Amino acid sequence: MTAVPGAALVPARRRRGPGAWARDPWRKPRILLGITVLYVGWSLLPVLIAVLFSFNDGKSRTVWQGFSMRWYYGDPLRSVWHDPTLHSAVVHTLWLGVLATLITIPLGVAMALGLDRWRGRIPAGANFIVLITFVLPEILLAVALLFVATVLQTPLHLGTAGQVMGLVTYQLSYPVVIVRSRLLTIGKHYEEAAIDLGASPMGAVRRVLLKMLLPAIFASTVLVFADVIDDFVIVRYLSGGSSTEPVSVKIYNTARAAPTPALNALATVLLASSLLVVLLGFVAYRRFTRGERRSIDVFAGEA
Amino acid sequence: MPDTTARAGRRLLWPMLALPGTVWLVVLFVAPVYVVLAVLFGGVDPILRQPVPVWNPVHWDVSQFDYVLEHIVGTDGFFGPALVRTAVYVLVASVLCLLVAYPVAYYTARFAGRYRGLLLTLLIAPFWISYMMRMLAWINLLQNDGLVNQVISLGGLLPAHVNWLNGQPVTVVLGLVYGYVPYMVLPLFAGLDRIPAAVQEAARDLGAGRVETFRRVTWPMSRQAVVVSLLVTTLPMLGDYYTNDMLSSSPQTSMVGNLINNSVLTPGQTGQAGAFVMLVLLVSVLPMLLYVRASRTGEEVES
Repeated sequence: MTAVPGAALVPARRRRGPGAWARDPWRKPRILLGITVLYVGWSLLPVLIAVLFSFNDGKSRTVWQGFSMRWYYGDPLRSVWHDPTLHSAVVHTLWLGVLATLITIPLGVAMALGLDRWRGRIPAGANFIVLITFVLPEILLAVALLFVATVLQTPLHLGTAGQVMGLVTYQLSYPVVIVRSRLLTIGKHYEEAAIDLGASPMGAVRRVLLKMLLPAIFASTVLVFADVIDDFVIVRYLSGGSSTEPVSVKIYNTARAAPTPALNALATVLLASSLLVVLLGFVAYRRFTRGERRSIDVFAGEA
Repeated sequence: MPDTTARAGRRLLWPMLALPGTVWLVVLFVAPVYVVLAVLFGGVDPILRQPVPVWNPVHWDVSQFDYVLEHIVGTDGFFGPALVRTAVYVLVASVLCLLVAYPVAYYTARFAGRYRGLLLTLLIAPFWISYMMRMLAWINLLQNDGLVNQVISLGGLLPAHVNWLNGQPVTVVLGLVYGYVPYMVLPLFAGLDRIPAAVQEAARDLGAGRVETFRRVTWPMSRQAVVVSLLVTTLPMLGDYYTNDMLSSSPQTSMVGNLINNSVLTPGQTGQAGAFVMLVLLVSVLPMLLYVRASRTGEEVES
């Protein structure tokens, strides 16, 4: 059913000509449909074309010269598989994704629970900081952390450690925001009931709230991981030389300097791993929330 | 009594949960912002050209700050144009984003029917595609012999070759729209989806046309979602430099992000980068403060 309820009542009106069609409040939204289709095409086609050219047999990224896997592993020097710099970029990107996600999610979930129930000035301030980091231009945090790494002697070193710390700081707001909006719909009754039945406060959180929050935790895990492996600004500023440069930085460095389709292949590999994680996450998420409808909506921020 | 200890434990539980994340953000976000201030109001090593931070506000030296301020508004104001350009580009790109995203989000929330899940997946897809890959896709298309020029010149029949990637403001603004519009679609979708369809149907039943219904019902009810979606797209855009670097790489289109990025790695200019970081930070924190205050008073009115 694409029509608005009530559409069946009005077809008689349509016979009055084109002017009546424009005035009919129940007509089908063709213009909106057109815009939506155009938008989806515009937003995804360029990327599909870039993916297509990663399979090009020649060096061109604009003229199709036949299908090959040359830029993935065929080419003994410049393919993603054989060029050690491209190869290590993929590995490092995924490694950063795993590390940052593993720290961000527990930290963020605990923070969401705490901020949601703790009243006062400190949690209000902490909440504001979370909101700020949610919309903050990434370069501000990246520059600030770069200064910390260059003018101070702290554990924040350029390289993997600094990158992970920066990424966690930047991503922490996602689980906090998503889990909190889920907590809002859950309310306090369940954990109060658990405590009345003899559970300790911690036990109520662990055995009741966390179970109910699983979908939101899962959604934020997938979101954070996919976002981290696509990150560019923080990982570039805090990278300690070419060995800790992830895929996005490699693309940035070579995109304007006569690249080969190997760059498209590199980007496609990352895209594929991103989609794989999301797909796995979505399938698992469906299992958690069996019976709940519209489960894709949680990924749109409607947790 | 066990009851009181349990209650005390419960009161302590929430601060305990919120604390790790709060400390993390204070140490790795708030404190680094202070480091930026210390570098901005610090000195520069005369030989090594390294920044020498000054930690005590009493001894802060405003010469680097003055230098930047002079070159924004003074007679030799070579920073001024970039700041104006940032404001114009971001404003135009945000408005275009809203014009594209609103109809798409509205159609998806209201009319997509059984294609809703599929459509939503397609709208979320750009999220999982690395920003750099999406820009790379456009570099491929906009090259001199790229698809866009081929289409414009009808496959080489017309001599209409546009140098898209050499400092064209149009390319940069459209690049920004392409890059950030997915972040706008989703919050708008979430907001529009919450408007009960019955309200709009009631307006039409009472004789309002499509435009009237939109102007007097849909738009006012979606205003908060519009504000949120503008915040989450416009503010991150303020710090963007990579879209510019990828699609233009010309100083004629450089934005404040480019000023930061170019000066932060140049010896002796770190203070300048700090000044611009603080400027962008102020510009992005202010709307957030207003938003938080407005939504808090809104809550009080509701309750």
